[in-house]
Amino acid sequence: MVTDLKVNQIKQKDYRSNSLWRLTLRRIFRQRSAIFGMALLGFLILIAIFAEVIAPYDPIQPLIGIENVSKREGPCIHLFGCPKDRPQHIMGIDGNVRDQFSRVLYGSRYSLYVGFTTVSFAILVGTLLGAISGYFGGWWDNIIMRLMDVLMAFPSLLLAITIVSVLGPGLQNALLAIAIVAIPVYARVVRASVLSVKEQAYVAASLALGGSHFHILLRRILPNAIPPLIVQGTLGIGTAILDAAALSFLGLGAQPPTPEWGTMLGTERNQVFTAPHLVFFPGAAIMITVLAFNLLGDGLRDAIDPRLTHQK
Amino acid sequence: MIAYTIRRLLLAIPVMFGILVVTFTLSRMIPGDPCKAMLGEKATAEVCDRFRAQYGLDKPIPVQLGIYMGNVLKGDFGMSIRFSRPVTIILIERLPTTIELGLTSLMIAVLVGIPAGILSAIKRNSIIDVITMVGANIGVSMPVYWLGLILAYVFALLLKDTPFWLPPTGRLSAGLVSVPFYQVLGWEFPKESFRYHLVEFISNLYIFNSLITRDWTILKDAIQHLILPSVALSTIPLAIIARMTRSSMLEVLKQDYIRAARAKGLLRGTVIFKHAFRNALLPIVTIIGIQVGTLFAGAVLTETIFGLAGVGRILFEAITARDFPIIQAFTVVIAAGYVIANLIVDLSYVFIDPRIRLD
Repeated sequence: MVTDLKVNQIKQKDYRSNSLWRLTLRRIFRQRSAIFGMALLGFLILIAIFAEVIAPYDPIQPLIGIENVSKREGPCIHLFGCPKDRPQHIMGIDGNVRDQFSRVLYGSRYSLYVGFTTVSFAILVGTLLGAISGYFGGWWDNIIMRLMDVLMAFPSLLLAITIVSVLGPGLQNALLAIAIVAIPVYARVVRASVLSVKEQAYVAASLALGGSHFHILLRRILPNAIPPLIVQGTLGIGTAILDAAALSFLGLGAQPPTPEWGTMLGTERNQVFTAPHLVFFPGAAIMITVLAFNLLGDGLRDAIDPRLTHQK
Repeated sequence: MIAYTIRRLLLAIPVMFGILVVTFTLSRMIPGDPCKAMLGEKATAEVCDRFRAQYGLDKPIPVQLGIYMGNVLKGDFGMSIRFSRPVTIILIERLPTTIELGLTSLMIAVLVGIPAGILSAIKRNSIIDVITMVGANIGVSMPVYWLGLILAYVFALLLKDTPFWLPPTGRLSAGLVSVPFYQVLGWEFPKESFRYHLVEFISNLYIFNSLITRDWTILKDAIQHLILPSVALSTIPLAIIARMTRSSMLEVLKQDYIRAARAKGLLRGTVIFKHAFRNALLPIVTIIGIQVGTLFAGAVLTETIFGLAGVGRILFEAITARDFPIIQAFTVVIAAGYVIANLIVDLSYVFIDPRIRLD
């Protein structure tokens, strides 16, 4: 009896510890970069949610008549010897007499929004195209994948610039452009996973049991594409944020006075010699955000990729 | 191999044709009237009609495309609407800047990235490895234009009056003129001839030109102007190359033949470079080829920041100014750059791995 119980316990334990998600999660938590990326991202999400609470000033309202500060004034931090009678602005004042720190805090909202929306859109469309292409093959495959090849033949930022020129400048159009440019990557990832499992016996079994194409694709085939999509998507968010900021920097994305980091950099770039703080902080913010996604994506890839497991 | 090269180049023709058609259609879809963009909002209908007739914009779009294709085959990319000059001439002036910038950046990326990656792989999990990989992660996460501005601030302003000072804008200091090498050598060509355009193009590569003319002042000045933009442009490719080198080397280093080579008493350096690196090179070269696209995209931003009149900046300006002929010609040039870079990568496989046969 006792031994039976033990065996059962062991079996149960083994079963639990070998569930795919559990195993993956454990591997993720063993990746230092993934943990660091996750922590950084969590911090940024908190900033974005609580921007109103943390920001000492309004991000758009100029401080003219409210405080005695001048345009493009450097940072004033009481802790570092700035006179106590002066108002504290830890990242200085921008060209329109606004508190730069508050603007940088609010900027996190735009960056995260840009990253998540563009990549979600690209994944949705890319999955659809890749699934059709891989599952039905033939003409569908040819037409869709050649179209993806044409999209991939251009440097992504240049293509995004052209699309924004067609649609007109603005944050929404910039988002659409970046999403379109990102579609081919996901289409390829999904197509590859579909092709790799399409001929498996369990798919044939499902078909023999009378499963519809839709059911087979959605329940039997596409779940296989989720892990590589998560990895690609996480890394893609970083690229999307960089590209969106670049478009805004060039004046094609978010328009002033929006507290978007790329826009903030673009409007003050000629002041880099006189007011470097206005260039430094928004850029550093972009870098930290993109870094968070890249670290997380790298960690996820190492955790999910079965080829790499034996190396650790 | 020659047959392969020729076949690849022939295969590139339909791709280029496709790209030409796509850019032609896309650029026609850009809203806004080139006439209004050029002559101002107050241009009357008659003036605009004359303007459109002059640039052939009054014909149906398929006819425009047909005429354009015919001209391109003759090497004529048309007249720039904004500059009222032949696009080919503008290309000859602007392309060398981007080529110099791109090649220098790629050189920095390769010369720093590969050794860093190798070192990181050999000293795996050491402090060097951690620093290199953290650096590489930061490198791929950095906005190119931001790094450019910070570099300009540090080297042009903070380090002013030190030997490390570097100029923040332009290709040459004011007052310096690069004399084309063919003039120094006393070569004469009939203007408008192909050979004239060719030597003009080559002489616009200032570094190369000053090496031939032995004008060391220009050489030093041109290099100084190129350092900051190329360092900024090289960060992302550098980081990617370093990471790829590291993972590719790690993959090879754990193979049995590496252990065998070490066991038979070969020097560590010999094993690393002759046995490991040579076999790890294939994915590294592939990723270097892919970086050419990153360089072109980055050139738009870098050239804007450092005031360089290159392909990237003019293309961006042309898109905003609806300068169709320039948009078309320069996109095709960028696509051609892609095709050529990939061809070089594919050809280099044969030298890297003799087992590969191209046919």
